[in-house]
Amino acid sequence: MITLEVNGRSVVVDVDPGTPLLWVLRENLQLMGTKYGCGAAQCGSCTVHVDGNAVRSCVLPVSAAAGKKVTTIEGLTEPSGAALKQAWIELDVPQCGYCQTGQIMSAAILLRQKRQPSDADIDACMGGNVCRCATYVRIRGAIHRAAALARGGAR
Amino acid sequence: MTLDVSRREFLRVSATAAGGMLIAFRVPAAPATPTPPEPEFAPNAFVRIAADGRVTVIINKAEMGQGICTSLSMVLAEELDADWSRIGFEFAPVDPVYAHPGFGIQMTGGSTSTMGMTEPMRQAGAVARAMLVTAAARRWGVPEADCATAGGAVAHPRSGRRAGYGELAAAAARLPVPDGVPLKPAAQWKLIGRPTPRLDTRAKVEGSAVFSIDVNLPGMLTALVAHPPTFTGRARRIRDAAARAVPGVVDVVDVGSGVAVLAKGFWPAKLGRDRLEVEWDLGEAATLSSEALRQHYRELAGRPGLVAHKAGDVDAALAAGRVLRADYEVPYLAHAPMEPLNCVVDLRADSCEIWAGSQFQTVDHAAAAAAAGLPGAKVKLHTTFLGGGFGRRANPASDYIVEAVKIAKAAKAPVKMIWTRTDDLRAGYYRPMWHSRVAAACDEAGAITGWRHTIVGQSIIAGTPFEPMMIKDGIDSTSVEGAADLAYAIPNVLVDLHTTKVPVPTLWWRSVGHSHTAFVVESFLDEIAAATRQDPLALRRRLLQGKDRLLGVLELAAAKSGWSTPAPAGRARGLAVHPSFNSFVAVVLEVSLERGWPRVHRATLAVDCGRTINPGTVTAQLEGAVGFALSTALYSAITLADGQVEQSNFHDYRMLRLHEMPAVDVHVVPSEAQPTGIGEPGVPPVAPALCNALFRLTGRRIRRLPIRREDLA
Ligand code: FES
Ligand code: FES
Repeated sequence: MITLEVNGRSVVVDVDPGTPLLWVLRENLQLMGTKYGCGAAQCGSCTVHVDGNAVRSCVLPVSAAAGKKVTTIEGLTEPSGAALKQAWIELDVPQCGYCQTGQIMSAAILLRQKRQPSDADIDACMGGNVCRCATYVRIRGAIHRAAALARGGAR
Repeated sequence: MTLDVSRREFLRVSATAAGGMLIAFRVPAAPATPTPPEPEFAPNAFVRIAADGRVTVIINKAEMGQGICTSLSMVLAEELDADWSRIGFEFAPVDPVYAHPGFGIQMTGGSTSTMGMTEPMRQAGAVARAMLVTAAARRWGVPEADCATAGGAVAHPRSGRRAGYGELAAAAARLPVPDGVPLKPAAQWKLIGRPTPRLDTRAKVEGSAVFSIDVNLPGMLTALVAHPPTFTGRARRIRDAAARAVPGVVDVVDVGSGVAVLAKGFWPAKLGRDRLEVEWDLGEAATLSSEALRQHYRELAGRPGLVAHKAGDVDAALAAGRVLRADYEVPYLAHAPMEPLNCVVDLRADSCEIWAGSQFQTVDHAAAAAAAGLPGAKVKLHTTFLGGGFGRRANPASDYIVEAVKIAKAAKAPVKMIWTRTDDLRAGYYRPMWHSRVAAACDEAGAITGWRHTIVGQSIIAGTPFEPMMIKDGIDSTSVEGAADLAYAIPNVLVDLHTTKVPVPTLWWRSVGHSHTAFVVESFLDEIAAATRQDPLALRRRLLQGKDRLLGVLELAAAKSGWSTPAPAGRARGLAVHPSFNSFVAVVLEVSLERGWPRVHRATLAVDCGRTINPGTVTAQLEGAVGFALSTALYSAITLADGQVEQSNFHDYRMLRLHEMPAVDVHVVPSEAQPTGIGEPGVPPVAPALCNALFRLTGRRIRRLPIRREDLA
């Protein structure tokens, strides 16, 4: 039995402790917004927050998240998270959409660290998130836009 | 391909049990739709209006990122005069009524969705609108001509009466279907051509969009499959005791295409598969290697092949002029959609339900029925969102669908089959590897007098049901498209083809044949320009006289990129232009070298794709095409050694990353022509534009993709 706090809710799961967090989220907790893309920390589709850090949940054993706070896209309700979602919608970022929740989870960490990220900051933070549809131009634009929204909703 | 869909007629309408209305084109039978809980003005085949005024558009296409749900909803809503804020969509069931107007099966491909479905969707909206007007006019006892529609309501301005579509739905459903309903003139369009936010964005941002991998059923098992290491392999002996000993593993079954491990969840299935011991018969593919294939293709390129196109006397031209020769090579490529292949199957004694991100519903449905041993009527295929397709989810062999159904047959429980990323890269279906040998003759003035292009590679179409339609006189049109129909005015041309037989499964991959021919044609033309000291733009301009749409995008991209001005210090520009899928795209890339590796700073694109439905979608598709094509040119190759694919994940089948993405400017040529392709045409010209820029930068010509560091030094 492993206890974690997911999106503010305490949950107990009965799984092999080596099971990657990704599959616990998707299969045990039915949180399907976190995606499987590579299973090897190569693509970022499975990005979630564990105690405020972006992690690739496909390679993090659930035991390593025991007792920690896990946030998924479904629980990304902090103001900068809401700004990111709004900016993503304004810029119509997604194409197929499969990578996008992971992109947003990575961007959320960036916005927490930098109120006004530069292009170089965005490059450094987002390099681990692959988008096969190559929506990168809009991802960059949406991060800038979200930062502006979070700073004071400049339109 | 051109489609004549303008004269399609609505053949019937009928009241549904729910009091709704059904509109269909040449309909054999109404798709089986469950009775909605609320009375609806009619589902089907393309539009349904609820009593509360909500409009549901039925989408017969796969949404794999190209924005088709929004574009088709827009054209229908335009003619319906619907309230855009009340529009929703859902994916169509499998039914002949939803067939592609050109191919006759339900499918998404060839960048034809907008081209094929715009007129039918407009008509679907126009007929629904006409019936709602009739219903209102009768209710009010006024002439129809005095009624107007806007914002999802019918109004009678003279009396000030107004009724929402929802209120009129039940009455409209009882009316006969009118014939020859006129469509709005373009001047009255309010939606078509206006940038419109996508209907699927919010769900994709919030994580609630359902891909097939997200479908869960009670009691469902997860299956991972150990595929043979070669494409001709079969399991000879399976030792599964260790696999079965993994807690959560339920069963191990040989389904022919591989050995499936069924478990209560992905992780036990993965652990079980890791512990599975299979002795494989490798079959004839065991000796395959990319290096040997390259040698073989090179030899074939020296011999005459089947003639795909011939004009004038190329041998005479080559004997007389100054001759340039080159060989170009491209590798096998995987589609690598971000969502790896997967499929959910619920197979019962006399029914089968399938959830898949299918681009090929008619084919997948029939293949699933055959594999399940059930009549088609007992099989239901639900199309979900696709986490990328690029052609991979349109397989005439329905490989992963059939595999999943076979597993479900053995499982006696609902099954979600997931291919890991490694399975997705290794278990087949690739853009073929190609070798091209080109020769051109020039006269003293630099005019090209002869052009010879020999193409060597596998046919995608051979052995599929598409063969009669797409292979003529031994020539697979998809092998030579973009080469045999060379746009440049050259008097003596010969394009010939060697179709090889190699036991590597191949499939269309975003832009199909154009993905290799444009690289060859546009690179070699640049070689000729350099050798004859001509500006690449001027040379193309000269050879494209009279080809107004190609010239139009070429001039536009050149002007917008500042082609005639020097590039910033340390950078060079490269140009390419290519027609495909009835559209025209020109690209200028501005490139430098950073630590010996290409860095693309800026991409300027011009496109003519006819009338634009949703301008944001056109821009998005071209932005994406640039990144997709740069990934390919810089990094992508599937290679074989001892018959086995060498790549296994994104570390060795690398994708472009955000920091490598250039700024992209897209310029759209205004047009009133029929809308044409946009999902694919942006891809072909990007690789040659990149290599042409690198030539200007380094003096080295790249004739083989992906680019290698040593080609630049
Ligand atoms: S699925 Fe975790 S990084 Fe790709
Ligand atoms: S939107 Fe398709 S992979 Fe990113």
